[in-house]
Amino acid sequence: MAKPRIATTSLAGCFGCHMSLLDIDERILKLLELVDFDKSPINDFKEFTGRCRMGLIEGGCANEENVRVLQDFRRHCDILISVGDCAIMGGIPAMRNMVPLQECLDEAYRNGPSVYNPSGQVPNDPEIPLLLDKVYPCHEVVKIDYHLPGCPPSADTLWEALVALLNDKPVDLPYELVKYD
Amino acid sequence: MVRGNGQRRVVIEPVTRVEGHGKVSILLDEEGRVTQARLHIVEFRGFERFIQGRPFWEVPVLVQRLCGICPVSHHLAAAKAMDRIVGGEKLTPTAEKMRRLMHYGQTLQSHALHFFHLVSPDLLFGFDADPAIRNIIGVVAEHRDLAVQGVMLRRFGQEVIRLTAGKKIHGTGAIPGGINKNLTVEERDFLLSDLDQMVEWSRGALKIAKDYTVENLTKLASFGAFESNHMSIVRDDGAMDLYHGHLRALDADGNRIFDRVDCSDYLDYIAEEVRPWSYMKFPFIRTLGREKGWYRVGPLARINVCDSIDTPEAEAARREFMALTDDRPNNMSMAYHWARMIELVHAVEKIVELLHDPDLQGDDLVVSGERRGEAVGVIEAPRGTLIHHYRVNEDDQVTMANLIVSTTHNNEPMNRAVTKVAQDYLTGVEITEGLLNHVEVAIRAYDPCLSCATHALGQMPLTVTVFDYEGNALDSRSTG
Repeated sequence: MAKPRIATTSLAGCFGCHMSLLDIDERILKLLELVDFDKSPINDFKEFTGRCRMGLIEGGCANEENVRVLQDFRRHCDILISVGDCAIMGGIPAMRNMVPLQECLDEAYRNGPSVYNPSGQVPNDPEIPLLLDKVYPCHEVVKIDYHLPGCPPSADTLWEALVALLNDKPVDLPYELVKYD
Repeated sequence: MVRGNGQRRVVIEPVTRVEGHGKVSILLDEEGRVTQARLHIVEFRGFERFIQGRPFWEVPVLVQRLCGICPVSHHLAAAKAMDRIVGGEKLTPTAEKMRRLMHYGQTLQSHALHFFHLVSPDLLFGFDADPAIRNIIGVVAEHRDLAVQGVMLRRFGQEVIRLTAGKKIHGTGAIPGGINKNLTVEERDFLLSDLDQMVEWSRGALKIAKDYTVENLTKLASFGAFESNHMSIVRDDGAMDLYHGHLRALDADGNRIFDRVDCSDYLDYIAEEVRPWSYMKFPFIRTLGREKGWYRVGPLARINVCDSIDTPEAEAARREFMALTDDRPNNMSMAYHWARMIELVHAVEKIVELLHDPDLQGDDLVVSGERRGEAVGVIEAPRGTLIHHYRVNEDDQVTMANLIVSTTHNNEPMNRAVTKVAQDYLTGVEITEGLLNHVEVAIRAYDPCLSCATHALGQMPLTVTVFDYEGNALDSRSTG
């Protein structure tokens, strides 16, 4: 029987959740016996190659590209998991939701003390994706099946949840694994 | 994709096996010649603005969320700036050594991650190998011992971070003026028990990187290579120092552009140009201007810029590295890998040194002095010089933040490397997946941290589209 496939992506996140997944350390060898990896930043599959049992989403949605990728994951994955606080509630990037956009633009590309920008021009090109007005948690964009909290969730949290789901068991994590900091 | 003017556009999206979000666009004319190749940084965060108003002591834990691969770098650069805010920049020996240990642990885990997990598939299987095996999982299948070494080296670095910062990712160890814990004897002994193995594996990694570079020199010497300036911080005596020092820049021949520059004066030497097609700015040395003033940072630049390394094995490796170019700066993009593994060995040597230092068990953790309203903190992150600059008001709130991250310095060099490889490998041929991976190989040499580089917020016309559950667009509003 073919192994179940797992896909992962980082949207508006910092890759810390992916790093925490790698922190399962030598258990990663065991994971590779249980699953095959589909689209993920750790390999070179730019698009999905097939149906996936599970999709792990790091980061919320801050631009149109994040939304497109998230919808693509929903279409291809049986189980979709918001991993970490950015996916679950926007996280630190959502702090920009409190600030008028124009002030952010001016700070980054006009007023910053090291900025050289005589024309006052700011990045604006068809090759870079449109921003959303705010940073959105994933479950406001698509249906999410599970939420794994933490900044990032610990390697043990990720491992226990993945093993449970791969064995069709309920995800029943002890308190120590869902509390952090 | 064919454009109306006969040009063809090829896109690599997303760039994979790098940290963060980027894409490459390549334009070719009717004859198949590359007319333009660009690396676009497609994300933004807005940290400079949205941390304004936050209390300054929160910043070291807040800004490290720029990057989950090198959070310690941002944590420490911010803490170094906040040391100066509280007048506590003369740290106690325990505090400075705990921070250094944290930083060398970070360098170890980040370099191991990059070399083994992300890049080794290109080196072991070839740039145009089947993408189905050209990844760490393929390495596990074909070279299990090597993959295990990579996993365990990174794990050790992460354990060093956990025991100095409290947590493997996004810890809290550094606070303004010091640290919040020392290293207990039990923690020290736990790390010492694995150390000999790490020393041996780090030597092995250096040998792989060196042998690969030397054996493939004919191909690699021109692969994404070009002459450039180089910048890093160095210790006062010119030795490599990843935690603290002054700024030095060299030109492609090794002549000094500036030296002994106090990091607090960085604004007199560096500016950042805004270009419309990337969220990442383009830094340059002011005296040389935008055309000639761009430079490289990171392992290659650090080995080129420093006069020596203060640990014996890394210094011997540095001499061997520099002999390849007759002590002139090495300008090969692909030499980054060898330079990075010299630093991996250096980091392990430093960890050995520090773990045997009883100061780590000291109890004097925090100092403070005369309060300041403005401060700069600079560190050599795994990927290069990282500059944090803050102003803080009388109510302890941040009023200004300027962050120039390592990968941003390498923006122009990465674009040059992309352009050169695209011109050399994609001109007038049928473009295959394997050939496109050559472009990514050049980007990966720089180990870009594209998440780090996305802290700036760009002006874009805002669009919000509401979709129904089947993905049909129901409504869309735009501004700007």
